[in-house]
Formats: sequence, C-alpha cells, structure tokens
Amino acid sequence: MYKILKKEKIGPNLNKFVIEAPLVPKNYQPGQFVVIKVDEVGERIPITIAEADKDKGTITIFVQEVGKTTYKLGELKAGDSISDVVGPLGHPAKVDKIGTVVTIGGGVGTAIVYPETKAFKEAGNYVISIMGFRNKEHVILEEEMRKNSDEFYILTDDGSYGKKGFTTDELQELENAGRKMDLVIAVGPAIMMKKISEMTKGYNVKTIVSLNSTMMDATGMCGGCRVEVGGETKFACVDGPEFDGHKVNFDLLIKRLSTYEKQEKEALDSYNKCKLEE
Amino acid sequence: MSDNNGKAPREPMPKQEAEKRVKNFNEVALGYTEEQAKKEAERCLQCPKPLCVKGCPVDINIPVFIKLIVEGKYPEAAKKIKEDDILPRMTGRVCPQEDQCEAQCVLGIKHKPIAIGRLERFAADYEAGNSEVEAPAVQAKRNKKVAVVGSGPAGLTVAADCARMGYDVKILEALHKPGGVLAYGIPEFRLPKVIVGREVEALKKMGVELECNVIVGKTITIEQLFEEGYDAIFLGLGAGLPRFLGIEGENLLGIYSANEFLTRINLMKAYKFPEYDTPINIGKKVAVVGGGNVAMDSARSAVRLGAEEVHIIYRRSRQEMPARNEEIENAEEEGVIFDLLVNPIEFIGDEDGWVKSIKMIRMELGEPDDSGRKRPVPIEGSEFIYDVDTVVIAIGQNANPILLDATPEIQKSKWGYIDAESETGKTSMKGVFAGGDIVTGEATVIAAMGAGRKAARAIDDYLKTGKW
Repeated sequence: MYKILKKEKIGPNLNKFVIEAPLVPKNYQPGQFVVIKVDEVGERIPITIAEADKDKGTITIFVQEVGKTTYKLGELKAGDSISDVVGPLGHPAKVDKIGTVVTIGGGVGTAIVYPETKAFKEAGNYVISIMGFRNKEHVILEEEMRKNSDEFYILTDDGSYGKKGFTTDELQELENAGRKMDLVIAVGPAIMMKKISEMTKGYNVKTIVSLNSTMMDATGMCGGCRVEVGGETKFACVDGPEFDGHKVNFDLLIKRLSTYEKQEKEALDSYNKCKLEE
Repeated sequence: MSDNNGKAPREPMPKQEAEKRVKNFNEVALGYTEEQAKKEAERCLQCPKPLCVKGCPVDINIPVFIKLIVEGKYPEAAKKIKEDDILPRMTGRVCPQEDQCEAQCVLGIKHKPIAIGRLERFAADYEAGNSEVEAPAVQAKRNKKVAVVGSGPAGLTVAADCARMGYDVKILEALHKPGGVLAYGIPEFRLPKVIVGREVEALKKMGVELECNVIVGKTITIEQLFEEGYDAIFLGLGAGLPRFLGIEGENLLGIYSANEFLTRINLMKAYKFPEYDTPINIGKKVAVVGGGNVAMDSARSAVRLGAEEVHIIYRRSRQEMPARNEEIENAEEEGVIFDLLVNPIEFIGDEDGWVKSIKMIRMELGEPDDSGRKRPVPIEGSEFIYDVDTVVIAIGQNANPILLDATPEIQKSKWGYIDAESETGKTSMKGVFAGGDIVTGEATVIAAMGAGRKAARAIDDYLKTGKW
C-alpha cells in the first residue's frame, strides 16, 4: 500500500496528492510518469510525476476528476492509502541548453510542463512559459512556473484570471512579435497539442508533446497506448511519452482516447448512484 | 509390471459441458477422480528405460510417480514430481504433453499414450486439497543474495531452487500481482488463479521475498541491484512486446493485441466490469488473428464475454496450427469458427475510427519454410471484405525493450532477445543470468521452468566458486 501524505483540493475536480512511494524518486527524471491503481478492483491509470523527493521518498501528482477512478481517488484523504504506484515510467525529457524554450501547459498538463520548465531553466535556457486554464479555479502551479521562467504568461478561457484567451493566442503573439524560439514544449489536452503543433510547424520550430494515450501496464506489454508518429506505430509508454509534435497523428490519438467513453460513463454513473444510496 | 492394463482405453478428462462453460470463466477440465486416476495409472507399462522422462524438459521421474498413484500414495506422488517440477498443478494443466512426455510413451505406438499430464495434475491437486501450503525444506543459509526479475514460470523456479539451496531470494515483479503470464496471460478457465496464488504462498513460506510494482531498468537498474548487495541476478522477464501485422488500419478502435485483451480480462478482471473498474469492448462479431494457444485463449474468452460470433483467422491450414489440439477442440466445442487459409491485408474503419471490416486475401500452401511448415502464399485476385466489430491480434511477441535499453552490457541476439548460454543462462554481464521467453522468444511454461532450473544450478555454482 502507498500512503497519501498530503491531499489538497486545488480547484473544482482537481486534487494534488503527495504520496509515499519510496522506490519511485530514486531514478526519476522530468517527463516521466507513474501508473497508479486505487484499490483492489481499480484500473491502472498513468499519471505524470509533477515532483519527486528523493530524500523523503515521495511523489507529487495532480489528478483531475474525470472518471470513476479519479473520483474515487479524490475522495481519499491524507492518511489513506492506495494499492499500487509503479514507476518512474517512460523516457525522460531530453534537457539541453539550446537557447529560448517556450513551455506551454494546458490545464492539468501543466503538471508535466512544470518539472521540464524547471529543468530547462536550470540548464541555462531562456524560458518563456505560457499557461492556460479553463477559469480561475483551475489554475495550478502558478508560483512554481513563474519562479522558473524568464517570461511568464497566464490565460483563462473565460478571462476570470490572467488574460482571456487560449495558449495558442499567446504563442501567436510571440510569433507576431518576431520572437526567437528554439524549442516549444506543449502538454495539455490533445486538441491543444494538435493546434500548437500545427502552428509551430508553420514557424518551423521544433515542438515536443507528451501523449496521454490510454495505458494499462505501461511497460510495453499491451500496446493499448499505440500512437502514430511519422507514419509509424509507436507505444507511448516505452517509446514516449514525448514525441515530435509535427509527426504525431493527433486525430488518431483523439479517436483512440474515446475507446472506452461508453464504459467510462457507465462506471461513473453506477458509482455516483452508489454514492447517492449511501 | 506384467499385470498392467495398457490396452485399456485412455481415461477421458471430465469437462464442464460446452453449453454451460461458455457462460462462465470457471475451469473447463475438471480433473480425474481418484478412481479414474488409478485406472489410468494402471495402464502404465513401467518401462525399465522410460522414454517419457526423456521427453520431459525437467526430467520428472514419471514412472515412479505413476506407480505411487497406482498404490494410492497420492501425496507421495506429488512430492516425487516436485523434486523436479515445483509447479505441477500448473504444468499438469498447461504443458503440451502430447509433444513431450506423452509423445514418447511406447503405449502410443499401438494404443493411446498414458495421460501423464492429467495424472500429474491429479496428484498435485490431491496434495493441495488435502494439506496446508507446504514449503519444501531449505538448506542452511549461505548469506548470499539473489534477485529474481519477473515472477513468471522461470522466475518462480529460480526463486524456489535458490531458496532451497539456502540463498536469500527476492523476486521483483513489474505488475501489481505475481505470476507473470500465469496471471495475466492464461485465462482462469484453463488455469485458476488461486493455484498461482498458492504456489507464490509456498515460496514465501520458504523465505522468498516478493516485491510487486518494481520495473527493473526503470525503478531500479541492474547496477543498483548489485550496489544494494545482490550477488547474482536472474532475468525472467518474459517476451512482452506484442507483435502487430504492420498493415493499414491497425490502430483503429476495437483492435487489440492479445496481450492487452487477455490482460484486461485475466489480470484486471474486465469480465466483471463494472464491479471491477477496467473495461473491455466486445462487439457482436470478434475475429482473432493467429493459430496458437494465445489465439485460442483469446477466442474462448471472447465467447465467454458474450460475443455472438467468434472467428479464428489463420493463414495456414488446421494442421499447421501451433495451438494444442486439446485447445482447438475446446474452442470448436464452444462454437469458435475457424477461417483457415486467409490473411488480413487491411483493416477498414467507420467514420468514428472503429474497425468495421477486414480486407482479406485467400492463401494456399506452398513449399515448406524454415520452420518446416508449408509456407502460405497469397492467391492473386482472391481479396474479399470480411465484416467485424472487434479484432484481437495474437501473432506473437518481440522482446521487451525496457531492461535491455537500460543495460547495454547485456548482449542481445539478432532477434533482440537476451543472448544467454543455453546450459547455464549466463549472459554477457557478470553475475547476470537469464531464461524463459526473454531468451528463447515465446515458448512454453515448462521450457521456461527448465531454463530456470538450469540457471539456478549455474547461480549456485557461480556463488560457490566465484568463477564466471
């Protein structure tokens, strides 16, 4: 069992957890993720590691409540335990000194962008970060990102915090202003990564995205996470999760993410019904 | 023995009726009764130079254990088997005896061979049903540590053998439950998971430690394991990376690798959704591509999940199918339809990205290829469209890259598997041994156990002499 040491409700349907997982931080590098399973009957889901503390043997994760598993997790408190945590998984991000790096986080994707932003900053790059959220209540990691960026932009869809607009708008402004960009890192909803990648292809700026495809074992065994990159089938878990955004077939990714839509709804409905009856 | 009854018919295996079993995941083969076991055991000729033993990858003393069954000494029979095979309840169920021990049985020349596997299962089940979990005796402690990576048949064997020899053993398992392919791959109806659980319990009683959720190569590296004080490491990772056909449309929704399909069902219990959280999609018409045991397991699982029509698609003829005859027969009894000498060339999807049909081509058999089987050759102009809702691809696996990418010191074969000496399991890295599917490519449970047994001996030798 893996103990929840801290739980914080960040916004509506969004929680931050610090979990005791002593083996995970040892070899952790930015860009990697864990697979968690909440209880005996739970499913295995991949979650990005936002922070890992080697001395304390803990990891920090941000989890948005979208289905039965994440709602179940959301009901747990500090002191409770979850049955499984395994990682770190996936290839770490390639962090080098390359010049100006634009890191773009959309929603909970910011939890992935944050450790990379920090790593690129520490590697001596000029870091411009753009964060986009649905509204004020969904904002996460603002201070952490601000501290690790040379320039910092925050936007909300409805204008309730920061500028009104999308991350794509801010990126376009940078381009319009003729700003130098050597690398873009974009993590967020698939549709955001798709749009950013389309834009940067036009700017001819290399773009890295982190793909959130459906995974089960996340060790290369099942192939459920397969994505198409440059016309080839890749497994997001062992070949990724980061890929060249200009080569990813996002339409396929978006379709594949809907594979269990029907069952996810069914599971959540029956879960909510059970909660009501309690 | 002259009073044997070799000419008597081979005792049939009692099974759940096909109509009933397609609606549950309970074990299909029910096992011999005491009476049946005795009757079957009495057919054994007790050959002075038994050929059956030569057919066994772990050299079980078959005539002796069969004689003990004749004498009604069932627990003793089980103990005799366990001297060479620590998992007889599993191998009695899943070994391809018809190609191994039973293929060598002299009775098979004129009559039917002795049902060695069924007797093995009987003795081991009898012992388990009539006693507590028992741990084999352990020798004096040697104060050396062995790490075993993977808890499938190879890993469990190495762990048991090394523990018996007095070593401190720890098994590291990547998934959240032990057993490897025994847990995620082979379905409940062929190998009940309580059996796997009990064997793991027996190992723990011997002092073997087990830690799940550890991916060697990620969570901890081989080098770090040595730094932590392990003296030898055995790699029994399994093959692990599913092969796809490499044709257009393979990533459409509703197309699974057999690994994913079976893991969702066996390990994650998707057949109990929504009681269990992991879902699975089963359409009305399911097509399983492949002709091996994994294909049969997938097809028979699909039947139980309520598919109206389940097909096996295989590019050669029935004769070339690598699956055990018993499994092909079980599948047929359960209504699986065999579409032979056809091969998919493209998957076609609907507007939402779900697979809706397969473009197939008919095949004919040509000259034998390297495997000795007749090579399937496409018949030009024979393409046709075949409607489906769900596809499972069961055409084998490649080597899992995680550990090998993290450990360049370990040499790979040209197929990407670990290059290990067949008699010892020694790899190119000092102190590191390997065995099972990660060395041979996809093979059998018993072959992996045989490799584990050899590696355990070599580990003992290495730890005693220090010689590499």
